[in-house]
Amino acid sequence: MSSYLLSLLSYAGINIILVASLNLINGYTGMFSLGHAGFMAVGAYTSAWITNWAMFNHPTWMLFWFPVSLLSGAITAGGVGFLVGLPSLRLKGDYLAVVTLGIGEIIRVCILNFEPLGGARGMSDIPHLSSIIWVVIFGATILYLLWRLIHSPYGRSWMSLREDEIASQAMGVSSLRYKTTAFVWGAAFAGIAGGLFAHELRYLNPGIFDFNRSFEITLMLVLGGLGNFWGAVISASALTLLKEALKPLQEITRIDFRMIIYALVLISVMIIKAKWKWKRHERT
Amino acid sequence: MNALDIKNISLSFSGLKAITNLTLSIPQEKIYGLIGPNGAGKTSLFNILSGLYSPTQGDVMMLGKSILNKHPHELPRLGLARTFQNVRLFKKLTVEQNILVALDQKKEVDLKQKLKNYFYLLFSTRHFLSDEEELLGQANLILKEFDLQEHAQTLAQDLPYGLQKKCELARAYATGAQILLLDEPAAGLNPQETAVLSVLLRKLRDHSKLTLVLIEHDMKFVMGLCDQISVLDYGVKIAEGTPSQIQKNPIVQEAYLGKARSKDV
Amino acid sequence: MNEFFQHLINGLSLGGMYALLAVGYSLVFGVLRMVHFAHGDVYMVGALTGVMVTRALKLSDNPSLGSLMIVLTSAMAVCAVLGFLIERLAYRPLRNAPRIHLLITSIGVSMLIQFSAQLIAGPDPLFFPNLYSGETEFSFLSLKMTAMQAVVLGAALVLMLVLQFFVSHTRTGRSLQAVSFNHELASLMGISTNKAVSLTFMLSSALAGAAGVLIGQIYPKVEPFMGVMPGLKCFSAAVLGGMGSITGAVTGALLLGLSETFLVGYGSSTYRDALAFILLLGVLLFRPNGILSKATQEKV
Repeated sequence: MSSYLLSLLSYAGINIILVASLNLINGYTGMFSLGHAGFMAVGAYTSAWITNWAMFNHPTWMLFWFPVSLLSGAITAGGVGFLVGLPSLRLKGDYLAVVTLGIGEIIRVCILNFEPLGGARGMSDIPHLSSIIWVVIFGATILYLLWRLIHSPYGRSWMSLREDEIASQAMGVSSLRYKTTAFVWGAAFAGIAGGLFAHELRYLNPGIFDFNRSFEITLMLVLGGLGNFWGAVISASALTLLKEALKPLQEITRIDFRMIIYALVLISVMIIKAKWKWKRHERT
Repeated sequence: MNALDIKNISLSFSGLKAITNLTLSIPQEKIYGLIGPNGAGKTSLFNILSGLYSPTQGDVMMLGKSILNKHPHELPRLGLARTFQNVRLFKKLTVEQNILVALDQKKEVDLKQKLKNYFYLLFSTRHFLSDEEELLGQANLILKEFDLQEHAQTLAQDLPYGLQKKCELARAYATGAQILLLDEPAAGLNPQETAVLSVLLRKLRDHSKLTLVLIEHDMKFVMGLCDQISVLDYGVKIAEGTPSQIQKNPIVQEAYLGKARSKDV
Repeated sequence: MNEFFQHLINGLSLGGMYALLAVGYSLVFGVLRMVHFAHGDVYMVGALTGVMVTRALKLSDNPSLGSLMIVLTSAMAVCAVLGFLIERLAYRPLRNAPRIHLLITSIGVSMLIQFSAQLIAGPDPLFFPNLYSGETEFSFLSLKMTAMQAVVLGAALVLMLVLQFFVSHTRTGRSLQAVSFNHELASLMGISTNKAVSLTFMLSSALAGAAGVLIGQIYPKVEPFMGVMPGLKCFSAAVLGGMGSITGAVTGALLLGLSETFLVGYGSSTYRDALAFILLLGVLLFRPNGILSKATQEKV
């Protein structure tokens, strides 16, 4: 298989992790986070920074340092997720969405202004430590962990908060505890995806992790179905491949047609879903 | 010791006085009825008891300890659970899952246990499966007790109304709380279902040793079931006593029927 | 001391501009209880329309109040239509859907407008030519205000007053208030909810269009993504003053304008954009109904 194809599959795998991790926050727990790219950025930069350090000091141990850097990225991203999760309780629906969007932007701006991480220039010459094998290993593990979490008391508590927060609390579910936990897990997994991404693209720049990125991930999730485990996986892979297929179009015109198509598809799907549900409702 | 001691509770919403200086004592292992015209403040009282509202004054004690500023989610473990006037089940979850959610929260977990649970959850299939099996077993017992087994895998939103009410009751029971606040448990039930509910509630009182507080409008149901009743009107307690005492009370009659009518009765 | 008053004037001027957008968010939230994510992009369309009309009619050759009026009216008209279409085509079908779906669609509409504008206007930014000779400056006790600032502030004030009058003293306006309280009740009273909602969108969008032209006179750079930051900031302003009320939106906008100007004047400008967001977070955490409200209990 050509290296181009393997690289493409890696990106698909990375997106699967991103969408599945967002599914935990938005799909299963019913919150609306629009800053997922921020968590990805934290993981990406943490991981790249560590491998950068390791390359200088222990260049022969990269096989060890790479996964360690990924896990560190998960921890820092998870930490940020925890901080984001705390105020999330007081904020409902639209307000939470705007706040998380803002937080994603703040993360990006902080990185932009932080010279040790390259600031606006970004980080380049990141070693190509990622590979389809690593993506599969981490991806499969993350999907497995997500599956377990969802089919456990945690998953049920998250879903109960989504269904009816007041009733859920009345049955003993601590909104604070479970919502922040959802954010921590979601962010941590996104952090790993970020680390894998950094070592596949071999270049990082805060502009990569802007709202458009968060929107793309959200789009993939919504099209796959909020709260639908395999739907998220399928739509993430399909849309990554589709995006590549449409690339020539963008290169010709310098204009991002893909975003227009994405937006139209998203709006149409939402309207169709709503009309279909209404018809179903009318039948009963 | 009383199950619940409500002392001098007052509640207002931007100037509207929902409850004024209410004092009630609910004894243990009894079925207590709360009746009164609509808007009398009954559900608001439940909301205070379950931690959703903060009263402007007063205190609430459960088994001698104050529960006034507790978060709603702390109450089931302390011994208080409730149902809602407009059934609030987890619609897209199955009946079994609804019950499980309540059961999941029962265990008190300290930090060490929490970390251990995580480890099992993620890495030990054996432990994870056996824990889940145990929970499922408990859920099934509860479903049997409430005669809901055949609907275990049905989504809550697909249940007929009467069964939804029963499911909500089962879910509150599953929390393990000794005190259950039931908001209009018989609303919308036909006479057969109401009779079955009466039997069920008596069983909960006698065999499971629970204390039940009911808000109800079905008078026959209330008078036939409750050990004690309080009547609220406009946020104030206007009468308290046994069913026969309440039925004979002229103030109660007036509140329900209006001044002129009560003179005919 | 002079500096202080200068900042005050600039802050109020900035706040006035924010108010034009903030009011839109409040109005829409009032009738639909949703955050109209695409509002900032309607503002961008207003600016874009303004530029294109100016070019087409070659109005920059004869800068005058008249030209400004023409451009203003056309931008407002185009945006009103845009607002109507957005509501009719994208939001109305989702009237009974879960809030999250509406939110997602709103974002989709926002993206669609942004990237379509990119398609139409090309990837390079455009610049708003001067429609009114901004050369003259008013000086009072060494405080300066450019003619443009004055016009913008004045126009904003006029529009606000007209809007306020419309909402409180006309029958149609009051029906909008009724719908914002309760859809069902309003329709029982014979008010067409759909018409009221459409009208609300058209009004908000027209104001946003006006803002696009007016602000474009002071900050002439026009590009497809220019609506994002102002959108977020004005949303924050609306929340700050209390979502759903016109006076609240105006108050919040003025406060935001003043705080930003003072921050840049006395502090650093790096965190200028972050200020709006910090204020937003603060309000949402401590006074979700806006700073003008008391902390009240929500009825379950």
